[in-house]
Amino acid sequence: MSNKKKRQIIKDVLTYIFLTLLGILMIYPLIWMFFSSFKSNNEIFGSLRLLPEHVIWDSFYRGWNSGQFTYSLYFKNTFMLVIPVVLFTLISSTLVAYGFARFTFPMKGALFSIMISTLMLPNAVIIIPRYILFNRFGWLNSYKPFTVPSIFACHPFFIFMLVQFFRGLPKELDESATIDGCNSFTTLVRIHMPLIKPALFSAAIFQFIWTWNDFFNSLIYINSVKKYTISLALRMSLDTAAAANWNEILAMSTLAILPSVLIFFFAQKYFVEGIATTGIKG
Amino acid sequence: MKGHVNSKKKKRQYIGLLYILPWILGFLIFQLYPFISSFIYSFTNYNMTSNTEFIGLKNYIDIFTKDSQFYNSLKVTIFYVFMAVPMKLIFALIIAMILNIKLKYVNFYRTIYYLPSILGGSVAVAVLWRFLFADSGLVNEILSFFGIPKIGWLSNPKIALFTISLLTVWQFGSSMVIFLAGLKQIPKELYEAATVDGVSKAGMFFTITLPLLTPIILFNLIMQMIIAFQEFTGSFVITNGGPMKSTYLYAMKLYDEGFLFMKMGYASALSWVLFTVILVCTALIFKSSEYWTYYEDGGQY
Repeated sequence: MSNKKKRQIIKDVLTYIFLTLLGILMIYPLIWMFFSSFKSNNEIFGSLRLLPEHVIWDSFYRGWNSGQFTYSLYFKNTFMLVIPVVLFTLISSTLVAYGFARFTFPMKGALFSIMISTLMLPNAVIIIPRYILFNRFGWLNSYKPFTVPSIFACHPFFIFMLVQFFRGLPKELDESATIDGCNSFTTLVRIHMPLIKPALFSAAIFQFIWTWNDFFNSLIYINSVKKYTISLALRMSLDTAAAANWNEILAMSTLAILPSVLIFFFAQKYFVEGIATTGIKG
Repeated sequence: MKGHVNSKKKKRQYIGLLYILPWILGFLIFQLYPFISSFIYSFTNYNMTSNTEFIGLKNYIDIFTKDSQFYNSLKVTIFYVFMAVPMKLIFALIIAMILNIKLKYVNFYRTIYYLPSILGGSVAVAVLWRFLFADSGLVNEILSFFGIPKIGWLSNPKIALFTISLLTVWQFGSSMVIFLAGLKQIPKELYEAATVDGVSKAGMFFTITLPLLTPIILFNLIMQMIIAFQEFTGSFVITNGGPMKSTYLYAMKLYDEGFLFMKMGYASALSWVLFTVILVCTALIFKSSEYWTYYEDGGQY
């Protein structure tokens, strides 16, 4: 019996060692990126050391101020794009999800199936006419190609996710709210929204991080450097870094992922919940 | 009384339509219209400058007979999908199985493994990959520390695509979380009964865990495949399609034709070829899944 216990302990220890080594392997690149932004350019390559031999402090300052505009502008631009997209997505997806989850109306089944199938519709097949359409609207080189579709609930992932949460709320809630004099909209705002707060929260962080990291759409819709988001600015720095200011690029990359990492650690509970309920993306 | 309830119900039905109205409009304008018009554009020479003419099947004929980069990018993309998606899912499944054992600190490990998933698509991480796998980058330095000769992770045309796939596999966290949720759903009684019957651990994996997990494997497989077929940022930022077009993924080809050369009619035709390939692959997986997925309720979900 004690022999069996011993074997169990050894097994547990081995599992922990494996999981820890894997964990180090997984995040070592990110740690390396952070410390390398303090290294001198010739120490970034050809060295095994994690910590810099001579700490370079000004790579952040120089990287931030390199080029025609500073990263203050790119960060500001990214926030100007991301925040409205997140807010509009939350509002429109909540309304639509509420409609699907709580009411019976003609063609509901068909419409819901269409909504689900657009989850699998490859973006590649609609991107060119979308570009032509936005060009005709005069929306190119603005953030409207991002914000307007989010007003019209064009992110079915979040509708689906919120529908799942709405379905978990008992229907009796609606009935008693109606008796108390709520109409369907006040029921949503006063009764349902407080209850699905965790879901709204996880939808918000997912949309924040996805929009923050988006590259392809920014690349095709935005063409003046003045409107560049961080993704585009980073790519530009990478292309124009003729003198190979690698530490500056790594410093800016570190700053670029910082908001996502911070949000992730502060709100990781919502992340895992969100992805496990819907089981999509990523 | 009954009539009153019915009329009230009917009233509510239309309010439901009002709530989903934003989506209906968004779907029609930003999804259905582009979907149909990209099909129409694919039969034209649309290029935003000269007059647009219908040219019949010419785009498609050119794609299949004149465009050598088409075959290359399709081949590269299929290799990429077949390499990255199974690696990612197998890895995700193995780690999910390990984390499903009763251990302390599981949440901590789950968080750490999940972190790369949220950063994976960003330019910053692609930049990082470019540094790590450079010829004298960290990975090669580690290899040479162990006496292994340097590898041209990004400079060798035979290996570069594999290096890009590693970036995809690195983001196994989200699939892992989905597998983990699936594993938690498997009733413990099944394993207890199997233990009583003297079934080995490996036997339990193949007779209980794997069959009950097949619907989730199917789901993960299809979603990851659709995403992988459209991969862009990795190859665009890390290798820019090189060396020798060995990482020239289909999405890059599409970008070059449509947004660099502005041959939008041609690019629309390319996008429909990709759509067809994705559709055929999805259909094949669905068709084959009849033989390898198991539903407790007989598939009526």
